Amino acid sequence: MTGSVQGRLRRASAAAGRTPAADGTVLGIVMLVHTAFDRAEQVIRFWARGGCPVVVHVDRVVPRRAHDAFVLRLRDLPGVSFSRRHRCEWGTWGIVAATLASCEAMLARHPEVGHVLLASGSCLPLRPVAELRAYLAERPGTDFIESATTADVPWTVGGLSEERFTLHFPFAWRRQRRLFDRWVAIQRRLGLRRAIPDGIVPHMGSQWWCLTRATLAAILTDPDRPRFDRYFRRVWIPDESYFQTLARRHTARIESRSLTLSKFDWQGKPHVFYDDHLPLLRRSDCFVARKIWPHAEGLYQAFLSETGHGLPREPNPSKIDRVFAKAVERRTRGRPGLWMQSRFPREGWGGPPTAGPYSVFEGFAELFEDWEEWLARATGARVHGHLFAPGRVEWEGRGPTFAGALPDNPRWRDHNAQMFLRNLVWNTRGERQCFQFGPRDSQLLSWDFAKDPNAQIAVISGAWIVPLFRDPPPDLRAEAARLQRIESDHLAALRSPHAKARIRIWTLAEFLENPAEALQSALDDMVPARAAATAPRPRLASLPRLADLTGLGAFLQGLKNAGMHPYLMGDLPPDPPQAGGAAPSAAAPPGRRPYLVR
Amino acid sequence: MRALAIPPPPPPTLRRRLRLGWKRLRLLARARRAGAALEPVADRTGGIRPGARLAVAVLRDEALRLGHWLEHHRRLGVDHFLIVDNASTDGTAERLAAEPDISLWRAGGSYRASRFGMDWANALLGRWGPGHWCLTLDADELLVFPFWEERGLSGLVARLEATGRPALPCLMVELYPDAPLAGAACGPDPLAALPLFDPGGFWTERQRTHGCVLVRGGPRGRVLFADRPGLAPVMSKTPLVRWQRGWVYVNSTHFLLPAAPNLVWEDGGLSGALLHTKLLPDLLPRSAAERLRAEHFTDPRAHEPYYDRIALGPDFRHPGSARFEGWRQLEALGLLERGGWT
Repeated sequence: MTGSVQGRLRRASAAAGRTPAADGTVLGIVMLVHTAFDRAEQVIRFWARGGCPVVVHVDRVVPRRAHDAFVLRLRDLPGVSFSRRHRCEWGTWGIVAATLASCEAMLARHPEVGHVLLASGSCLPLRPVAELRAYLAERPGTDFIESATTADVPWTVGGLSEERFTLHFPFAWRRQRRLFDRWVAIQRRLGLRRAIPDGIVPHMGSQWWCLTRATLAAILTDPDRPRFDRYFRRVWIPDESYFQTLARRHTARIESRSLTLSKFDWQGKPHVFYDDHLPLLRRSDCFVARKIWPHAEGLYQAFLSETGHGLPREPNPSKIDRVFAKAVERRTRGRPGLWMQSRFPREGWGGPPTAGPYSVFEGFAELFEDWEEWLARATGARVHGHLFAPGRVEWEGRGPTFAGALPDNPRWRDHNAQMFLRNLVWNTRGERQCFQFGPRDSQLLSWDFAKDPNAQIAVISGAWIVPLFRDPPPDLRAEAARLQRIESDHLAALRSPHAKARIRIWTLAEFLENPAEALQSALDDMVPARAAATAPRPRLASLPRLADLTGLGAFLQGLKNAGMHPYLMGDLPPDPPQAGGAAPSAAAPPGRRPYLVR
Repeated sequence: MRALAIPPPPPPTLRRRLRLGWKRLRLLARARRAGAALEPVADRTGGIRPGARLAVAVLRDEALRLGHWLEHHRRLGVDHFLIVDNASTDGTAERLAAEPDISLWRAGGSYRASRFGMDWANALLGRWGPGHWCLTLDADELLVFPFWEERGLSGLVARLEATGRPALPCLMVELYPDAPLAGAACGPDPLAALPLFDPGGFWTERQRTHGCVLVRGGPRGRVLFADRPGLAPVMSKTPLVRWQRGWVYVNSTHFLLPAAPNLVWEDGGLSGALLHTKLLPDLLPRSAAERLRAEHFTDPRAHEPYYDRIALGPDFRHPGSARFEGWRQLEALGLLERGGWT
């Protein structure tokens, strides 16, 4: 049987060479159909109207009645015929067998055909047939088939690339997944490998191609074909490699791209085009697109009546590529920092827990009298007070709600403090949030700050003593001990090996030695490391007003004398320390010498 | 393109699986008993074709919302509605019985005793649901999802099937009027009467016993439970499920058993939103009646302050309120996700 078919093929291809079609190339369509027969019929009629012979393959799993009804409906089209039916299961040889049978039928029945386009029932032609024919006629003898070696492209999904060609795949991936995986593992363990037949180099690419009659006939009539067929029968997903490999063996000229636009998602499933993709598809200038949603009435209506602009246009799928690449990236990585009903990654997965960088300042608001206003002026960021204060959430301006309905109620905040912070950062994307933190605040997030790579934390340790010094409470000793213990625990988190935030810690004494430089470095940290080289660093035009610390050293000594040992602030001299360039301020109350940073 | 996929959570312990399995069997038995007590008013279930998309609802006195609700979900592509009428007195039942794509049952029993209608809904789902995509809703919930205008429910369920998802997780987006509740007006389109919503401020947590993810908060929580965040309403639901024999909803449609279908709530996949039109002005008389019936909430007495505050006609507006524009706005805010569907 094969022999006689091949004999006919040779004769037919010889005949085709003698009688070129009037308007260039006659294009034959091989169409694989398994569902949505009404849509397939619409498209077949479109091709037939354009003067293309069509050979249709209907999957063998389609019941006989549906098949017969479909054949009957197309009876009025003389150029449309049907091929022998094979079972087309995804990833198996059946699809290649069906394609081969249909191509043999096409070449045998239609000697005038110069190019053959392989399409599926869910492919939709986007441009008139005449334009496609003219395009092919301008590029005579060119095979349009995406074809690349496995070493060169990272297309494959599922971890099998080169192994597709070197392992045996007797089991169906969709139906017999467990057997499939087990058998792959066994072959790997035992080091079983198949020999790739001589004369071919495995190539892969899109299943949808457009080959010249010469190349296709050479593939079909290759004397080694039985050997190749035997080999590809056990290759995984041979429909992506059979023609792609053999075309390389026989072609005169290959354009390694497909005329059929098809996109795949992150799981290797084809993207589906819907009515709302109409403008995108139209601008792509591609000839055929798949997969089309069977209910996309708008697409079928628009493109099957397309008359074309008459201008030769090169297919340009890059715009669609960008849109879909973005969707794939979003799907695989999600939107980091977003926590919602369909995104709740496990701890440590899915990127940083917050959506963007933010700054935590500890001790600055205690040390400087106009810190919040000054910081807002100096950086342009959004500066809040103590967001985790026990009494209320100190939003900027102290309003009752902030960005996206975050209330100032501390019970709501503390009920799920992690989500409170994530929500704040998510809801204010594009704007940097700064807030104050300290040992008087709720410590629920002490560790979360430390572990969050988006956090930038600047700490003046021991600065909590300043309010106690200026307005000593009755239980001063106990309160100082409590705050020191809390801050010490917090600092342990910041210094732990798990900390991923950008952290800077000064003791109060270190900070006071040169406040201007310390402030400058804290502000420098707000610029991301990557951008730091190029972005202008925020310069300090003025400095915030330092609180009056006269007598602080003596105050600390007094605490020590009373038996409470404040150590987090470092070694402040018992006499009022002299900061660099400090001078008494005119506004300072008489009798006390304030520290003024210039 | 290879990316590090987020792994699924660890499997539940055997002990927990047994406990949940037992709970599921108990709920199934309740649903069977509740189903036997349902009294058919208009049974058109003979018209349900294989693959039809079903909507299941338990209603009581919803004449105000009914027209828009039916229209919205018919437009989405619901093929058949299965509805339980819990003793309506405002003509809801008569109206429903006349519609050609609705099958109606009457339930005279207590709403509370049927676990807030869930036993009835589970009974209908168990009888007609298996093998179908089923949308279980209240009359004040309108489903929206990415591309809903263009692709409809049929496109959505095909996408969910193609990506191996058995359910669609949704956030309830609570809409409220641009006025204090007491003074708001209401026409036939609730979306016109309720233009505002909270663009954020929900929190997400893992429910301990079932392992599913819950989103909580919302304007009712913010205003009515300001001091008791532990009572804030759950805002996440799984209303659209490819139903299978033996499945049951546990607590409203917040989650179902077995737990596996809830685990679609993990990794930034496709999700939707339920526009919640509860805060129409009729909430005031309704909640006064509810309070008397004491048929709502597991512990009605704990919710006395809730009713007190509703009776005052509270104002849900705040400077950050957003005006509802459509699903793309919700996506930009991070309230739903297209999950790679483009």
